[in-house]
Amino acid sequence: MTATLVKEASPPAPAHPDGARGGRLRRRGRVIALLFVFPALLLLGALVVYPVLFSVGRSFFDASGSEFVGGENYAEMFRDPTTLKAIRNTAIWVVVAPTLLTGLGLILAVLVEKVRWATAFKLLLFMPMAVSFLAAGIIFRLAYDDDPDKGVLNAAVVSVHDAFKGSSSYPTARARDGEGLTEEADGAYVTGADVSPGGTAAVLGLVGVAPKDLPGGAEPAAAAAGEKAGSDEVRGVVYLDFTPGGGGKPGVVDREESGLPGITVEAVRGGETVASTTTAADGSFRFAGLGSGSYALKLPSSNFAAPYDGISWLGPALVTPAIIGAYLWIWTGFAMVLIGAGLSTLPRDALEAARMDGANEWQIFRRITVPLLAPVLTVVFVTLVINVMKVFDLVYIIAPGPVQEDATVLATQMWLVSFGGGNNQGLGSALGVLLLLLVIPAMVFNVRRFRRSQR
Amino acid sequence: MSAVRRVLGNAVVQAFLVVIGLVWMTPLAGLFLSSLRSAEETAEGGWWTVFTSPGELSFENYSALLGNSGITQAFWNTVLISVPTTVLVVVVAALAGYAFAWLDFPGREPVFLVVVALLVVPVQIGLLPVAKLFGQLGLFGTIPGVVLFHVAYGLPFAVFLLRNYFAEMPKEMLEAARMDGGSEWRIFTRLVLPVGRPAIASLAIFQFLWVWNDMLVALLFADSSSQPLTVQLQSQIRQFGSNIDVLAPGAFLSLVVPVVVFFAFQRHFVQGVMAGSVK
Repeated sequence: MTATLVKEASPPAPAHPDGARGGRLRRRGRVIALLFVFPALLLLGALVVYPVLFSVGRSFFDASGSEFVGGENYAEMFRDPTTLKAIRNTAIWVVVAPTLLTGLGLILAVLVEKVRWATAFKLLLFMPMAVSFLAAGIIFRLAYDDDPDKGVLNAAVVSVHDAFKGSSSYPTARARDGEGLTEEADGAYVTGADVSPGGTAAVLGLVGVAPKDLPGGAEPAAAAAGEKAGSDEVRGVVYLDFTPGGGGKPGVVDREESGLPGITVEAVRGGETVASTTTAADGSFRFAGLGSGSYALKLPSSNFAAPYDGISWLGPALVTPAIIGAYLWIWTGFAMVLIGAGLSTLPRDALEAARMDGANEWQIFRRITVPLLAPVLTVVFVTLVINVMKVFDLVYIIAPGPVQEDATVLATQMWLVSFGGGNNQGLGSALGVLLLLLVIPAMVFNVRRFRRSQR
Repeated sequence: MSAVRRVLGNAVVQAFLVVIGLVWMTPLAGLFLSSLRSAEETAEGGWWTVFTSPGELSFENYSALLGNSGITQAFWNTVLISVPTTVLVVVVAALAGYAFAWLDFPGREPVFLVVVALLVVPVQIGLLPVAKLFGQLGLFGTIPGVVLFHVAYGLPFAVFLLRNYFAEMPKEMLEAARMDGGSEWRIFTRLVLPVGRPAIASLAIFQFLWVWNDMLVALLFADSSSQPLTVQLQSQIRQFGSNIDVLAPGAFLSLVVPVVVFFAFQRHFVQGVMAGSVK
């Protein structure tokens, strides 16, 4: 990938002047050269190479560093359930995130070539790369919030859910005992089987709804309660059996008392629902065309169900996929731009020839684009794997305290074990060494590629 | 027929990309709108309610934030960490890159291979040993300590990048300068640095953003008086939900600098990131 910026070339052999004077010059040249590299080598040696060796050594000692324990820390790593969880989560990250990112990046890179505003689109998707993981973490912590009044994702989920399933307006409502309604096992309320067409209006009183929670258009129920039903209809009213300020009588529709709109009422005969309707603004309902006989009226439990409050994104089950989602937001642009750069080097002739031969876009994509892009896709994938292994900030920020343990990955676990209360620097060092071991294939790959470029 | 299909297909592609673009913008827009709402409004509903019932958006959270000395101090600490780091990385790496590319010294090739190998070393492995070392040197908890750590872990990539770029320079150019009797220092400052400007710019921008956005290193190496914005905000995450009126503008403040830098120098940044993708 460095090839996108730098073409590697072999440095030329320095000139070798002859004679004694030349020897002195050469020595002088070497001293100057060493002065040039010294600052870099000092910093790298003291702060990178030495720490690597120190950590490897430290990982064979116990928590306090006083006793040699051999491979005990490495064994502990696979025994301790939280560390094991971290290893498992890192494995999930390493498999899922690079795969999704490479796939998404490939699709977007191919599609964006077909529109004129490709540059603007690439910029927009690449921009999150400039945003810190901390800011991204706060953004997504907010987006994933459980409360549909705070988290945009749950707000969307709840509104989609309610659009299809309807929402219950009265999760807290219940009937008074001994006023005609009895509760069934599933939470529904039902009257005795004594309502007949042509009778007086059935009055079904509920309590437990705070007046401020009434729907905006609710109207007083008294008028509807006094109406008489036609010979083939059953009429009635569902109302809030409570007079604000007191003075109402239980079981009677007092003047001030409000109807409860939007409640589902069913007419039941012999255990079967024969008709169903919904109450109007004043709480009234009406079944027309019923055969004579007696019916029970039922307020099914759906009226009283607890409101649907969305998905627990940051709960133990979904927290890792949720954080991977945030990671996708940050890195998709990277994958797309890199793959796009590879795409622009593909031979146009091959694509054009295939098009002339009548190949459709999908065939071209499958048979030509993807195979030719394979080297680029590999580099993108490997790069992402290396970065995903070290993911720290996002997990640390997005996972709420109680689910930290469910979301933990190697880098966060290393931090928690060494500094965040665990204070076991032996195990912490071993985890650091494990992280290093995991990136060694990439190290070998880089060195090999560099040496090949030097030949 | 096929022309119709193509136009139709293109419309579908455009629509799809527009949707993706909107999805990508939503998180940032949400953060920005949240940062403009008071704590009371946030308690009543999410930022999207401003579209249906426009409440009052104001910059009051920001003025409160700028009056908070902890936050402003942290903001300056971020500057005091990222600017010197960037300068040091560029200078130290340019010197070494030039030596690795054009000067002769014993062990040049094997040492450079070690630098290439160090490209992927995770910072995690350095935390504990360097913390001990800095403790002994009195650098632990100070801004110079944070800077030195960042410089060291930025160097492998920086040296690798600049060495490869400098090696591309025509040999004749350098030989002509040497013939004219220029010292290596003079050649370095008058010839190599100007020629290397594009690579140095990419490196500087990439390095600046990397350090500006860092949280992990500063979390360990900075104490409460030297901590940058990321760490300061992180310490308030525990009360998440009750302090969105602080966290949202704080996060926005911390990302506004990198995003402006990104748009101002997008080409350099993209190249720097792409070159660094072996990291």
